[in-house]
Amino acid sequence: MTVESTAARKPRRSSGTKRPAGAASAAKPAAATAKTHDAEPQLVQLLTPEGERREVADHPDIAEFAPYVADITTEDLRGLYRDMVMTRRFDGEATALQRQGELGLWASLLGQEAAQIGSGRALRDDDYVFPTYREHGVAWCRGVDPTNLLGMFRGVNHGGWDPTTNNFHLYTIVIGSQTLHATGYAMGVAKDGADSAVIAYFGDGASSQGDVAEAFTFSAVYNSPVVFFCQNNQWAISEPTERQMRVPLYQRAQGFGFPGVRVDGNDVLACLAVTRWALERARRGEGPTLVEAFTYRMGAHTTSDDPTKYRRDEETAAWEAKDPILRLKAHLLATGGADEAYFEQLEVESEALGKRVREVVRSMPDPDTMAIFENVYADGHALVDEERAQFAAYIASFEGGE
Amino acid sequence: MAVQKLTIAKALNDSLRKALEEDPKVLIMGEDVGKLGGVFRITDGLQKDFGEERVIDTPLAESGIVGTAIGLALRGYRPVVEIQFDGFVFPAYDQIVTQLAKMHARSLGTIKMPVVIRIPYAGGIGAVEHHSESPETLFAHVPGLKVVSPSNASDAYWMLQQAILSDDPVIFFEPKRRYWDKGEVDVEAIPDALHGARVARTGTDITLAAYGPMVKVCLEAAAAAAEEGKSVEVVDLRSMSPIDFDTLQASVERTRRLVVVHEAPVFLGVGSEIAARITERCFYHLEAPVLRVGGYHAPYPPARLEDEYLPGLDRVLDAVDRSLAY
Repeated sequence: MTVESTAARKPRRSSGTKRPAGAASAAKPAAATAKTHDAEPQLVQLLTPEGERREVADHPDIAEFAPYVADITTEDLRGLYRDMVMTRRFDGEATALQRQGELGLWASLLGQEAAQIGSGRALRDDDYVFPTYREHGVAWCRGVDPTNLLGMFRGVNHGGWDPTTNNFHLYTIVIGSQTLHATGYAMGVAKDGADSAVIAYFGDGASSQGDVAEAFTFSAVYNSPVVFFCQNNQWAISEPTERQMRVPLYQRAQGFGFPGVRVDGNDVLACLAVTRWALERARRGEGPTLVEAFTYRMGAHTTSDDPTKYRRDEETAAWEAKDPILRLKAHLLATGGADEAYFEQLEVESEALGKRVREVVRSMPDPDTMAIFENVYADGHALVDEERAQFAAYIASFEGGE
Repeated sequence: MAVQKLTIAKALNDSLRKALEEDPKVLIMGEDVGKLGGVFRITDGLQKDFGEERVIDTPLAESGIVGTAIGLALRGYRPVVEIQFDGFVFPAYDQIVTQLAKMHARSLGTIKMPVVIRIPYAGGIGAVEHHSESPETLFAHVPGLKVVSPSNASDAYWMLQQAILSDDPVIFFEPKRRYWDKGEVDVEAIPDALHGARVARTGTDITLAAYGPMVKVCLEAAAAAAEEGKSVEVVDLRSMSPIDFDTLQASVERTRRLVVVHEAPVFLGVGSEIAARITERCFYHLEAPVLRVGGYHAPYPPARLEDEYLPGLDRVLDAVDRSLAY
């Protein structure tokens, strides 16, 4: 089985994509869902795999979204490109560090840079992000030091950053759980009368979880300002999407009463536009949106699995042709937005990041042993106090005893 | 008037009302908690007075209720969640165990999780399947959670407010068959510590330890035993996580005998932990092994059999006799 083997999962190319008439109207939220019977799911794309901008005049299907990136300058494009390159370099370094035994595990985002940078750069500082465990690019956009992401994978903590500093919640490993946290948080935002928005990241595999369905239900009935950003990377460890769904994922939103949009997840510009559009809906009080970023996980699910056991090289190769970074580079080169010197300079910069990541990880101290007992409770707990004392006495019994 | 005679149900309702009045961040959430006032009417009238934004009728999805409560807590709210019945908490168990319980620790203390989960629990009301279970052990076993159960109106009133004030998640088990028991509540009193045990009746021959619905049974057993010349002390544990072993130890050192009574299955139950710890702490004081009285390792039976399943006066007294026979 391959990605191309089912129509529902076939990615759209640049030509012939048409959204249904009246689709994606902010005034009529439910209309944004495409026709349920579409054999070829709609895919919002602004930048082709060849790096060409799709214009509204030729592609009326993008009329709804293109205005959301009308302000993007060449410098902005270079910024998005830099974000993706730096994120990929960081991710590659982390993968290498895992192979060298410095990290216990790594969940690579390779191939998903556009989905994460596009959506991440759509956010305002006062928006709140609920990631799963692969949102390294979103973390980058939020200003979280990438080395802080590695503590949990090295085994020195379960988080490593203060979620309130950058409005970026801790990684959540039980898939889909955080979509409910995002929904509850968004309910709170609405109660507070704030106009910020919340975004929850999850994957195609997580969409099978009951929690995601419950998050859809709660956010719909309370009209919560939350964007559900699903990165459909085609594989849930070794399970292909046809083991997760029988209809295109974005169409699920229709059943819950809010819009769902499928965007080319390897197109950073389209991801930026669609996420901005969804966030604006949330801010205007129009409730949740489901964005399905149609993308591909080019690496393994985590460093513990072996994709060669469950997918074909041809499939991976086909997706490599849609590489999110290469397509923006092609665009920048073709339009004169950047020259070779720029790319060379960025190469130097990304190498410096890799070096720093390597050094920081290797110098991460093991946590203090007594940290086992810290922060189990906010208000204290007699049993923890007792066990802490026992353990301390046990440890102390070795000191000076030999 | 400071002292009122209230049912446990009314004490809980008053307690929630006070919490809603005192802190605008307190929210009530659950199925039917609004217009209906909850299936046991514990939230009766609260939505009318505090509005739908504070007393929230939710979709019928327990994981969703707890998961969104976590999100609201992250936003600075203090949700008090109602799960309709004990057996219905399991769809939310994942959120409670993998998320709610661990958030504070994994954030290195940055995140507080002031969420209370109220669960009407245990048997004795002739209900159908999934409406009479005692799953407290499953929560007490989880680091990060606190687990309490009041046995009387005063504790119902005070412990619920203390639980709401706590920055830790608290699983608040309400003994549903005692909802209509009346007791005195001093609303101006200084309450006992939330996790402290209380000697409910003093005695010299043996200690009975219980919590929630079984405290009343143990007090009745103590009264019956007194007629036979046996002096039985009853300790109301009030909290199953943490357990106040100091109060219990002091009692056992006086009486030298202990029987633990709860409705939950005996195997690996709260009584097992108490037996182990009290044996460690009081080995040289004990005149008899710590005995346990509780439910069987069987699904909660159909209502017509629950009188046989639940520890009653006779089973408790039988255990007292067995202990005293050593």
